[in-house]
Amino acid sequence: MMILLILSLSVKAFDTPNDGGGSITIEVVGLNGDLKNGYVYRNSMEDTTFELRGLISRTSYKYVDDGAENGKEYLYKVELEFDDTTLTLFTGPVSAKAQWYDPTRTSVLIFLIIFSGFVLWFIQLARKNPEGLFIRKIPALDAIDEAVGRSTEMGKPTFFIHGLSGITDAGTLAALTILRRVSSKVAEYETPLIVTNYDPIVMAASSETVKQAYAEVGKIDNFNEKNIVYLTYEQFGYTAGVDGLMIRENPGAVFLQGYFYAESLILAETGHSVGAIQIAGTTAATQLPFFIAACDYVLIGEETLAASSYIGREPVMLGSVKGSDYGKLFIMIFIGIGVIFATIATILNIKGNSILMNAFNTFMGWL
Amino acid sequence: MLQRRIPLLITFLTGVIIVITFFIPHPPFGKLQDDALVWYSIILGFSMLIGVDSLLRFHYRRIARREKGFGFSFVFYAGFLACFITGIISEIKFGDAFAEGTSFRYLYDYILVPLQSTMFALLAFFVASASYRAFRARNFIATLLLITAVIVMLGRIPIGAKIPGITPLTDWILNYLQLGPARGIRIGIALGAISMSLRLILGIERTYLS
Repeated sequence: MMILLILSLSVKAFDTPNDGGGSITIEVVGLNGDLKNGYVYRNSMEDTTFELRGLISRTSYKYVDDGAENGKEYLYKVELEFDDTTLTLFTGPVSAKAQWYDPTRTSVLIFLIIFSGFVLWFIQLARKNPEGLFIRKIPALDAIDEAVGRSTEMGKPTFFIHGLSGITDAGTLAALTILRRVSSKVAEYETPLIVTNYDPIVMAASSETVKQAYAEVGKIDNFNEKNIVYLTYEQFGYTAGVDGLMIRENPGAVFLQGYFYAESLILAETGHSVGAIQIAGTTAATQLPFFIAACDYVLIGEETLAASSYIGREPVMLGSVKGSDYGKLFIMIFIGIGVIFATIATILNIKGNSILMNAFNTFMGWL
Repeated sequence: MLQRRIPLLITFLTGVIIVITFFIPHPPFGKLQDDALVWYSIILGFSMLIGVDSLLRFHYRRIARREKGFGFSFVFYAGFLACFITGIISEIKFGDAFAEGTSFRYLYDYILVPLQSTMFALLAFFVASASYRAFRARNFIATLLLITAVIVMLGRIPIGAKIPGITPLTDWILNYLQLGPARGIRIGIALGAISMSLRLILGIERTYLS
């Protein structure tokens, strides 16, 4: 039995596909779970010594040597230990090289081209016909003026609480757009605005955004940079800081915008307990139920990202939202086709019709 | 004019290059995204100084003006100085402030971590109060939500497994009723993010420039 196994074993070394080079994969072919240990040695063809590189995985029967030099040839020796014998196999010479294109990402590229095509097409259409675009009402964005107005009437400050993500997150950039709108209204109504930040870069951006908004409505003298506060880079330290501020300052309106984690409900419930009108917006799908339960208005996922288009009402921006919607329609059609195919496959399988099932699988493979 | 054009040009070039590098593993493209993240970390490190400066000024102002609860600002200064001094001493003495047995590690393990855990534990009470409001049976839809929530909660606790049919019903609710809309929201967010990125790259979205 062992002799048969040994005769059927082979080892191959090849350049790891679709990578930036510097990597060679060593694979043992013909193994079926009897391996005790597998050692990989490498020889750089400059001398006769083999250097131990690592162990063969006992699940994939592969080892990836990430320390190879591009273009340099190597020989590999693989020692396979079984219960009662040890087998040594050689392979090579092989060299690593970098690839110029990763074919496993072709589907992403195709989708990106189609989706970008939709967005760019509708941006062009919007430039030609600015009147022909409609965007549905987003109550949470319409409620910004109401919230700031209520806060002003009550003589209380307005709070803008950033989420825990940095400036590289799309949700943070969307939050800055909303902050600009809030700042304009706050400046107009001459109500104090306190902006809490988790990330110092976001704090700097927030400060500039608020300052610009105050300048635009001609109230730059009322801008107080000290109200744009940085708290901490610790999740629950930030939560405690914001909660403390809310309890002490007793805001009339609270905006929770950005990417939140477990602190979302703690913040929203504290805001609710001080009687503030709350408008939340996040791209964190897992935190949406908490905001929906505790806040008055919620921007659900993509509504946050469409905020700048909705607030600005610029045709070109609205065009991009429409293009995005068509992209969604495109995906919905594909999901629909997928559902139909999956249903057909299930029915064919239940009926045990192997010929039709094979034909179906061939078709799916072609797709 | 240049003040706006230069940042827009940098955004355009960076955006296009990062998108291209996603498809090209060959050096120098393949590692550009990782390099950009390293640069961001370096900038973030320096920007921390701005954050700390803001925080120190904020609490100084509170103390100077004797604002409500200004005593907590003294606690902040005490905590800040304790962490700063022990951090520096530990780093000099052990080469790593987080090494076992350092005074900084002691502060971290026995003050900061329990405080964070306490804040996290508050979530249980907030979940209870929020659930109470969300699940009030005011109308048909709210009642439906209440019934579904009760079934799911029962299905997630050990006693639920003893009630016939509850566990499969819970799994069905989570895998079909809940998962479909959740995926819809996630797809929407992903497409919205791509759309926003395109607006940023093309210079249509400029609010971040202030």
